[in-house]
Amino acid sequence: MTIVQNPHTPQADAPATESGATRLIARSKRVIASNPSVLPTGAAIVIFVGMVIYGEIAYGRILQYNTVSNLFINNAHLIILAVAMTFVILTGGIDLSVGAVIALSSVAGVMLANAGWNPLVVIVLMILIGTTMGLVSGILIQFFNVQPFIATLAMMFLGRGLAALLSTQPERLGDESPILWLGEQFKLIDGPKVNDVVITPGVIIAVIVVLIAFFVLHRTRTGRTVYAIGGSESSSALMGLAVPRTKVLVYVISGTLAGVAAVVYTSRLGIAQNITGIGWELDAIAATVIGGTLLTGGYGFVLGSVVGALVLGLMNVLITRDGGIPPEMTTIITGGILLIFVILQRAVTSKWRT
Amino acid sequence: MTDTLPIVEMRDISIEFPGVKALDGVDFRLFPGEIHALMGENGAGKSTLIKALTGVYRIDGGSIVVAGQERQFTGTRDAQSAGVSTVYQEINLVTNLTIGENVMLGHEVRGAFGINWRATHAAATRALAGLGLDYLDTHMPLSTLSIAMQQLVAISRAMAIKAKVLILDEPTSSLDAAEVDGLFRVMRSLRDQGVAILFVSHFLDQIYAISDRLTILRNGRWEGEYPTRELDRHSLISKMIGKDLRALSSLGGSRRVDQRDYESDAPLFAAKGLARRGSIEPTDLDIHRGEVLGFAGLLGSGRTELARLLYGADRADEGETTLHGKRVDIKNPADGLEKRIAFSTENRRDEGIIADLTVRENMILAMQAERGWAKPIPRKEQDELVAKYITALNVRPSDPNRLIKNLSGGNQQKVLLGRWLATNPELLILDEPTRGIDVGAKAEIQEAVVELAENGVSVVFISSELEEVVRLSERIVVLKDHQKIGEIVNGPEITAQHVVDVIAAHGVEAAAESDIIDAEDEHDPDTSTPTRTPQASTRAYAATEEES
Repeated sequence: MTIVQNPHTPQADAPATESGATRLIARSKRVIASNPSVLPTGAAIVIFVGMVIYGEIAYGRILQYNTVSNLFINNAHLIILAVAMTFVILTGGIDLSVGAVIALSSVAGVMLANAGWNPLVVIVLMILIGTTMGLVSGILIQFFNVQPFIATLAMMFLGRGLAALLSTQPERLGDESPILWLGEQFKLIDGPKVNDVVITPGVIIAVIVVLIAFFVLHRTRTGRTVYAIGGSESSSALMGLAVPRTKVLVYVISGTLAGVAAVVYTSRLGIAQNITGIGWELDAIAATVIGGTLLTGGYGFVLGSVVGALVLGLMNVLITRDGGIPPEMTTIITGGILLIFVILQRAVTSKWRT
Repeated sequence: MTDTLPIVEMRDISIEFPGVKALDGVDFRLFPGEIHALMGENGAGKSTLIKALTGVYRIDGGSIVVAGQERQFTGTRDAQSAGVSTVYQEINLVTNLTIGENVMLGHEVRGAFGINWRATHAAATRALAGLGLDYLDTHMPLSTLSIAMQQLVAISRAMAIKAKVLILDEPTSSLDAAEVDGLFRVMRSLRDQGVAILFVSHFLDQIYAISDRLTILRNGRWEGEYPTRELDRHSLISKMIGKDLRALSSLGGSRRVDQRDYESDAPLFAAKGLARRGSIEPTDLDIHRGEVLGFAGLLGSGRTELARLLYGADRADEGETTLHGKRVDIKNPADGLEKRIAFSTENRRDEGIIADLTVRENMILAMQAERGWAKPIPRKEQDELVAKYITALNVRPSDPNRLIKNLSGGNQQKVLLGRWLATNPELLILDEPTRGIDVGAKAEIQEAVVELAENGVSVVFISSELEEVVRLSERIVVLKDHQKIGEIVNGPEITAQHVVDVIAAHGVEAAAESDIIDAEDEHDPDTSTPTRTPQASTRAYAATEEES
């Protein structure tokens, strides 16, 4: 029983005789047609590759072991934050509190560790501080109907204030603290001179976070609900999806991952301060947007956000390498890249959403 | 089918919102294997009853028994797990995900590594096949489908979760005739499989074509439950609007009738083939200078939709409009105002008054907007103007500095009327200006309308009260099912009954043409009524329109 005539021209499957390359093109055309949101993410990857090539030609020594290793080591915390922000932005929300959460969590963690607490307990507590902050944001947003912007802004001030209450001095982890192990560099490949492949447990944590996030978003009902909420919250509720629970959950995830990022960052630097992480929430948002996630929610990928974080990290490397660009230009360039992506997204969505 | 037990039995349901009794002692029964229509005008409580059943609203009194168990669902999710699935008028799917996901969201097939997408899409295809939609590529985004197809996907979703009770709230409002036929085929096949279907539609023809029984609500009260074939259209409409049509017809007809020569008098405003998909079918319309043109029809018949096209709140998909014989394109309400077309909304509270401003501020609002914010109206001019309209329209209390929210509905309406009169319109569209206000204020507003027309202002007068329309209008445009079905030149012999006849007769004609039901209605259309039927079959355009 056919009700309405097929409005689409039937898509002919590529004949088996065609070459693999043609099939690959046909397949990617299909992927783009069925999911136009891959375009901004694809653009992010193209820009990243372009930056690598440009850097290699202009300054050299980009595509080598130690540069790449450092890129990951120095940006592990930003990758984690960008992943967290992806969850929130996919639902159409925003979390401005992550930078402050890092400050609070790391200052508290370092002070507790220095007070002789068991390092494992300290790490768990640092993460739980983030979880709690995220839970409060989520409850405010879902059950008290506060705008995500306002709720997380309040949590940002709260976190910053609490961190300042704890200490306004740089708190240094004791040199023997086992927490520092997470930031310790392990040589995987011993290259010539200092050109080694190095990795820290912090980077491994970031990779694990990315993998788990990918699994949750693409292979669980909770993850799909996150996308559905971004598409339309009221529709999702009327479709019988667990909207309230999921909305609280994304802020809990965001807070928790901010706690994890605090652990990773603190273990690398060994210092915590109440002014740590100022503006990082904006870096995370920028990474997420550059990675192709739509600020209005519903479209985006975790892997895109990782690329976004790496774009920002690589940009800093290139500016340092150049030497001629004043560091003040960093923010301007970041802003420029961000703007290009937002405009690109506009173009993509206006074409597909009408 | 009444020998089986009802799958849904709602008894004595009451729901109160602050100050309003939305439902008052309503009973409702739904049996397996039937299509049950829920009837009533807008605001009669149909949606509230559905939301009570699905747990979106909590009931303040009564009981809900589903499949033999007393239940009070906590929300759509809860209702869904008990087999009660709802498809709403506005499609509640998410356009950012694929067709397959929309069918399966929340019910994805899971394996050892989370969601098994291959199996999930296969299940979605199976569900779509039930509606003959298995040719759809479930990997494509939902946004690639037309609204009608999305509606069918939403129904597939309801089926994918094995619904025992399927609630369809105005599913046909965005479908064209062929699509409605398709939907009806699906509904019949589901009914034959034992699914209980609750169907809401404003289209009477559809009710008679598809439903087995119907329940009528009016003003939140239960008006009765009937087998559809035992209730003729006249009785159904009477019960929906709550007045005996014969009693209605004894009123009205006192309006003086102009001996206007409609052929030679050039209209102030004319529309030709004006249409907007999903809201109004192509319509021709002339409005003459100093004329009161009534729009009659049940709520939801397209009266407001047509009015919105006239003053630019909605853009027409097709058709053209002329003003003073010149072609105009009214882009938005501000543009309409500039061309001296003003509109007073039916939604006085939300779209009309600004509750926290004073009477004066409310009254000068439109005039100020027309002038532009950079040129404030001098206080003295404001005072004169406001005093003039307060006196002319007899606004009480006559204090211009009182907050408008403290005025009665009738006086708020007068202030709104004053607001639009201050812009000195040539064409004034009044949507339900007398709804919910007391008799005295009503009479004053009616008088004001007549007076305006005598002063050369053209007025489009929209009201649910047929007597009122008949009393005031020179001509009456009759609307039904989102199309203009006739135009009556008013005269002493015209009564509300004539209008009702036009509305009822149209349905019978349509039904008789398509052989859907027997014409059991003994009321013949009054052939003496001067009725102009719109030319052109109105559904044709929808089929040719491109999918958005």
